[in-house]
Amino acid sequence: MEKPFAITLDVGSSLANKTGSWRVERPVYIDRLPPCNDACPAGENVQGWLYYAEAGEYEQAWRQLVQDNPFPAVMGRVCYRPCETVCNRAQLDEAVGINAVERFLGDQAIEHGWSFEAAPPSSGGRVLVVGAGPAGLSTAYHLRRLGHAVVIYETGATPGGMMRFGIPKYRLPRDVLDAEVERICALGVELHLNRKVTDLPATMRDDGFDAVFLAVGAQLAKRAYLPAGDSAHILDAVSLLHSMEGASPPRLGRRVVVYGGGDTAMDAARTARRLGATDAVVVYRRTRERMPAHDVEVEEATDEGVLMKWLSTITEVDEGQILLEQMVLDDKGFPQPTGRFEKLDADCVVLALGEESDLSLLTGMDDVEIADGVVQVGPDLMTGHPGLFAGGDVVPAERTATNAIGNGKRAARTIDGWLRGETPREPARHELAGFEHLNTWYYADAPKTERPRLELVRRTSTFDEVVGGLDETNALFEARRCLSCGNCFECDNCFGVCPDNAVVKLGPGKRYEFDYDYCKGCGICMVECPCGAIVMEPERA
Amino acid sequence: MSKAKTDGAITTTQPVKFYQVGSFAVGNRLVDPSLRTVQADAARTNAITSGHRACQGCGEALGARYVLDAAMRATGGKLVAVNATGCLEVFTTPYPETSWQLPWLHSLFGNAASVATGVAAALEVQGRNDVRVIAQAGDGGTVDIGFGCLSGMFERNDDVLFVCYDNEAYMNTGVQRSGATPPAARTATTEAVGREPGNPFDQGKNLPRLAMAHGIRYVATATVADLHDLEAKVERAMDFRGARYLHLLVPCPLGWSSAPADTIRIARLAKESGLFPVFEAVDGEVTAASGIRRLVPVEEYLRLQGRFRHLFDSSGAVAKTDIVARLQKLADANIERFGLLQPEVT
Repeated sequence: MEKPFAITLDVGSSLANKTGSWRVERPVYIDRLPPCNDACPAGENVQGWLYYAEAGEYEQAWRQLVQDNPFPAVMGRVCYRPCETVCNRAQLDEAVGINAVERFLGDQAIEHGWSFEAAPPSSGGRVLVVGAGPAGLSTAYHLRRLGHAVVIYETGATPGGMMRFGIPKYRLPRDVLDAEVERICALGVELHLNRKVTDLPATMRDDGFDAVFLAVGAQLAKRAYLPAGDSAHILDAVSLLHSMEGASPPRLGRRVVVYGGGDTAMDAARTARRLGATDAVVVYRRTRERMPAHDVEVEEATDEGVLMKWLSTITEVDEGQILLEQMVLDDKGFPQPTGRFEKLDADCVVLALGEESDLSLLTGMDDVEIADGVVQVGPDLMTGHPGLFAGGDVVPAERTATNAIGNGKRAARTIDGWLRGETPREPARHELAGFEHLNTWYYADAPKTERPRLELVRRTSTFDEVVGGLDETNALFEARRCLSCGNCFECDNCFGVCPDNAVVKLGPGKRYEFDYDYCKGCGICMVECPCGAIVMEPERA
Repeated sequence: MSKAKTDGAITTTQPVKFYQVGSFAVGNRLVDPSLRTVQADAARTNAITSGHRACQGCGEALGARYVLDAAMRATGGKLVAVNATGCLEVFTTPYPETSWQLPWLHSLFGNAASVATGVAAALEVQGRNDVRVIAQAGDGGTVDIGFGCLSGMFERNDDVLFVCYDNEAYMNTGVQRSGATPPAARTATTEAVGREPGNPFDQGKNLPRLAMAHGIRYVATATVADLHDLEAKVERAMDFRGARYLHLLVPCPLGWSSAPADTIRIARLAKESGLFPVFEAVDGEVTAASGIRRLVPVEEYLRLQGRFRHLFDSSGAVAKTDIVARLQKLADANIERFGLLQPEVT
């Protein structure tokens, strides 16, 4: 071709110039572990299910959620939400209302009748689960999905364990609990009610089980000796809450004293208020800071008019009156008596001093170690007896439904491995997505949607549910407050901010990839990624 | 910001329309594609394609692609770009390669406005009013060398959008001071020595205000840190006929001695400190300003840049408090003049 004067080369595109050779560091896409996922005792992929919820894909969100926890509607009501405590958004404005969205998804599932995907036919082992509480039901659910036959023996006449007998109706309506338990049973879990196991070795042998998961919980109230007159009215919180499931509620009188500082004490006091007590006083020997009850329970109880008496022990109970001794905390934070006493009017005293497990069914199993009233297990939740696993409130752990459900999932995985003769590998955990990894500029400011609360008057006189649910608009808004910490949510920032067009957009759901032919390694994409899903790694020489 | 405010599509006051990242990110899987930026579109023009020789983290390469891709969408791809001499010209067209994926013309350092005028006139003679013209230059080619031609283009109200990619010095020739270099900045010709190190105060030209003084239809400023705002302004500029001026702040890692990764962060801080006011003016009057969302003191902006390092001690604390205070005053004056701290500036 004839070229103009002084021109010797053909015109070409700069694409011939592979600027990737300039690079000394390369950007790499990663997934970090969001703090919510890290904190969830049930091992939920919170960020994962919120991702679907944000798009309004509620069924998919629910299906992602129940991969780990078959009780979203229960969790959305009773979980103490460690996820929200650590939520990075709290450092921006307020934590995402994860629990409220979880409840919304759980309620949607019940409303629309979503069921679990059918479990594979039972082809593996045959596993006995003792106890149909949160731990037992969770294990049964996961074992069924792994292809094992599961039989549950439950002492009581109804399943649910402490979710039914420990958590009052105003926090967890029973139709919700029933719906989620039934959904698990529909997977083909064989549930035998009114079936008390008294001799575990015999049961294992006679009924032909390959493995056992012990989840009998802790239902025996701890007692304390209190000098009491003949007509003093003393009962324990576990029986009180249990009897609320019966036909006739117990009579407590107008002035009720609850002794203890845990969540059960709060539940007992709030129940007393609903049964007509004008005064419900929680007596606790230490201070609010040292009280084991969760903040949300204490706040709701206080809102409902429950009074707190700190640094006090009950030394004597008489008809209509109790004697309290004032305490003082010593250097180590233990309460010490002061010798100063006061009287308090009380028609009845409810002891909420903790619960113990009935482990008599383990009699004769010398290889099962019991210490401090709980069964000792390894990280795989197996006891010293091969094939006998334990979880929930019978093992040393925080006694919450969420933790029990998490135990159930872990046990199912290790039981599955044990039955197959394999050591289940712990899934690798990504590096934590701390707040410092986020570029929060890109997130719009949006305060948390408060869940509507029942008016106090209604709350203290009925057993209606206290905390209301979100409607669809609110739930969507709340879900969209998620920062998606550490996990790409396809905001196109990297694609847009690259001065060298070296980011390739792969399409919805497929994220992006770098074109290392042209990426100069400037790192703008890393700095401008809102959620910290890009790192720079040194190039090898 | 201005886009979100004018079309009301992505604001936090409407709960259902809250989309996780609001209106700040490039794209958003949850909103209608029409509300995402041009840059979020996998089919964007990429007016400057890969393989160009701009430095790592070049703000100008980014800014030029943002502007031209948005203009290409606004004009349906009927666009001619005229380029002054400068980095943008040099790094995109080393003989015999070109990075441009649109009709592109380069003549001299100072005459881009005049060449663009000629292109627009020629198109008009041919009856091709559908083809639009953009002239582009760095701050040297705009405020200094090209200013006579530009002023004439404004005066004649030629149908050209002139875009200044302002990196505040002559970067291509070795970081010499220009009329757009900010006070106290070190350049090769304003060294950080003496009682008032760096570029002197009370000099230089404010080109957006000079453009407004010409009474042209549309004048706007923007940064590479707010893409929604920038694209909305390019689109708006294309709605007008006649002379228009867009002044875009594009940080330069080389000349500003900043980390390449911080290019957008620095542009954002320029706006959030008030040092670089982002606004629009129609027919010579300011009609809208982008409010400050997270106000920062000027030293947060200055600290990231080596050209201001002489204002800090080795620990990063402010050493020249008097100079930083004078710069803060400039920022405060902008905040006052444009009402940048009012919650709703429209």
